[in-house]
Amino acid sequence: MGSEIPIAVTVNGVRHQRSVEPRLLLSDFLRHDLQLTGTHVGCEHGVCGVCTVLLDGEAVRSCLMFAVQADGGEILTVEGLATGNGDDLHPLQRAFRDAHALQCGFCTPGLLMTLVPFLREHPNPGDPEIREALSGNLCRCTGYQNIVEAVKAAARP
Amino acid sequence: MIPAAFDYHAPESLSDALALLDQHGEDAKVLAGGMSLLPMLKIRLAQVGHLVDIGRIPGLEYAKEEGGFLKIGAATKEAALERSDLIRSKYPILLDTAAVIADPLVRNRATVGGNLAHGDPANDHPATMLALGASVVVRGPKGERAIPVDQFFRGLFTTALASNEILTEIRIPVPPARSGGAYLKLERKVGDFATAGAAAQVTLGAGGAIEKAGIGLTNAGPTPIKAVEAEKFLAGKRPDDQTLQEAGRLAARAASPSPDRRGAADYKREMARVLTVRALKAAIRRAGGPS
Ligand SMILES: Cc1cc2nc3c(=O)[nH]c(=O)nc-3n(C[C@H](O)[C@H](O)[C@H](O)COP(=O)(O)OP(=O)(O)OC[C@H]3O[C@@H](n4cnc5c(N)ncnc54)[C@H](O)[C@@H]3O)c2cc1C
Ligand code: FES
Ligand code: FES
Repeated sequence: MGSEIPIAVTVNGVRHQRSVEPRLLLSDFLRHDLQLTGTHVGCEHGVCGVCTVLLDGEAVRSCLMFAVQADGGEILTVEGLATGNGDDLHPLQRAFRDAHALQCGFCTPGLLMTLVPFLREHPNPGDPEIREALSGNLCRCTGYQNIVEAVKAAARP
Repeated sequence: MIPAAFDYHAPESLSDALALLDQHGEDAKVLAGGMSLLPMLKIRLAQVGHLVDIGRIPGLEYAKEEGGFLKIGAATKEAALERSDLIRSKYPILLDTAAVIADPLVRNRATVGGNLAHGDPANDHPATMLALGASVVVRGPKGERAIPVDQFFRGLFTTALASNEILTEIRIPVPPARSGGAYLKLERKVGDFATAGAAAQVTLGAGGAIEKAGIGLTNAGPTPIKAVEAEKFLAGKRPDDQTLQEAGRLAARAASPSPDRRGAADYKREMARVLTVRALKAAIRRAGGPS
């Protein structure tokens, strides 16, 4: 039981082939097998949103998926947002920094990965839409206000 | 939190999936969005030998009107329902429901079929489907059968599905003219399951009286509840406030909620009453009636 399965996924543009146990969570696959620890793990049961990554362009919780379910898929993690040598921050990352949208930063990777596709679909969002969009992400530090401000700043640079 | 070991299958056709389920019997489980199943596997409330992932089977994601029914493919994601022009324009009750299920991240993966097949009275779609008089289409080794939703929920986490069957489609009779529906949910915070929830679907007659009403309740007992007494009471009556209040009382009487962190049983029953009245008023408004 639980025999390993070969999978191939593209993560931040790089193709990886691995053999994994079916019960391996996508979050653990990213963090342990691929050493991409930018994707955080908090509650591990689908409530806090810190483990959010993009799978084929859509924001999903990587702690509520098995790595085998992502076979053949294209994944973007927070490490894939900045360009250059990681120096050229994504506009949303810059807006987070400028608006003080993080304090400890633990929730930030999940928020960024949730909000990148949101901004793509809602180029000019209002406050209620932004609050709805980040309703699956918990932040214990900021009180959310500056996160909302950052999203607006990123939308109207 | 790591589930116990299991074997994983990703069939690419319904017939392959059915064959796997038939072969492994009670030791196998369907995996759809995984938004309920993964948490259950992690806390080891569920344990399986074989997971049959239906996510790679084409043709199970759609929402379309055909032959007098709104047909929703079982693997349709909640997010797709929210984006569907057909749902947005003609079925606001389904939009009400999808929009209050969990949060946007869960809705990107969670499926409508999974929401029903899980048999969780706390899930939001069952009440709506009860109010709409839906049926589920189920495929097994011996072919296809349709089960009215009011006969589908058998107990806590238990449905009429056999272990070798797959729910493939939800069928909702296209409501006649002068119909409307609404779903209302009381939740402590976004993403929480309902403290109470009520779905109402009404059809008004030519004279303005209620011709037909459907009412479903969320998290009001061990199974999703169809408030049959309230539905019968409303048939043929004018939708005045007194009548709707009485329907609310009858619906609350059908509820048998258990006390938990979301509230005492009496409080939840009272909320079921209030939400039923409000959902009825919203449904009547959407049907083009008064109030
Ligand atoms: C944080 C969080 C909050 C949530 N809040 C809510 C909420 O407020 N309201 C709500 O309604 N839901 C809520 N959910 C549950 C979520 O909507 C579930 O995903 C949904 O109920 C199940 O759908 P799924 O596709 O993920 O099914 P899965 O988790 O894959 O499966 C659930 C069960 O149904 C069976 N199954 C699934 N599809 C089929 C099929 N086609 N045929 C036969 N059997 C099948 C599986 O074998 C399993 O037993 C929440 C989930 C999370 C993680
Ligand atoms: S770690 Fe995935 S949602 Fe909390
Ligand atoms: S910045 Fe600390 S949790 Fe959000």
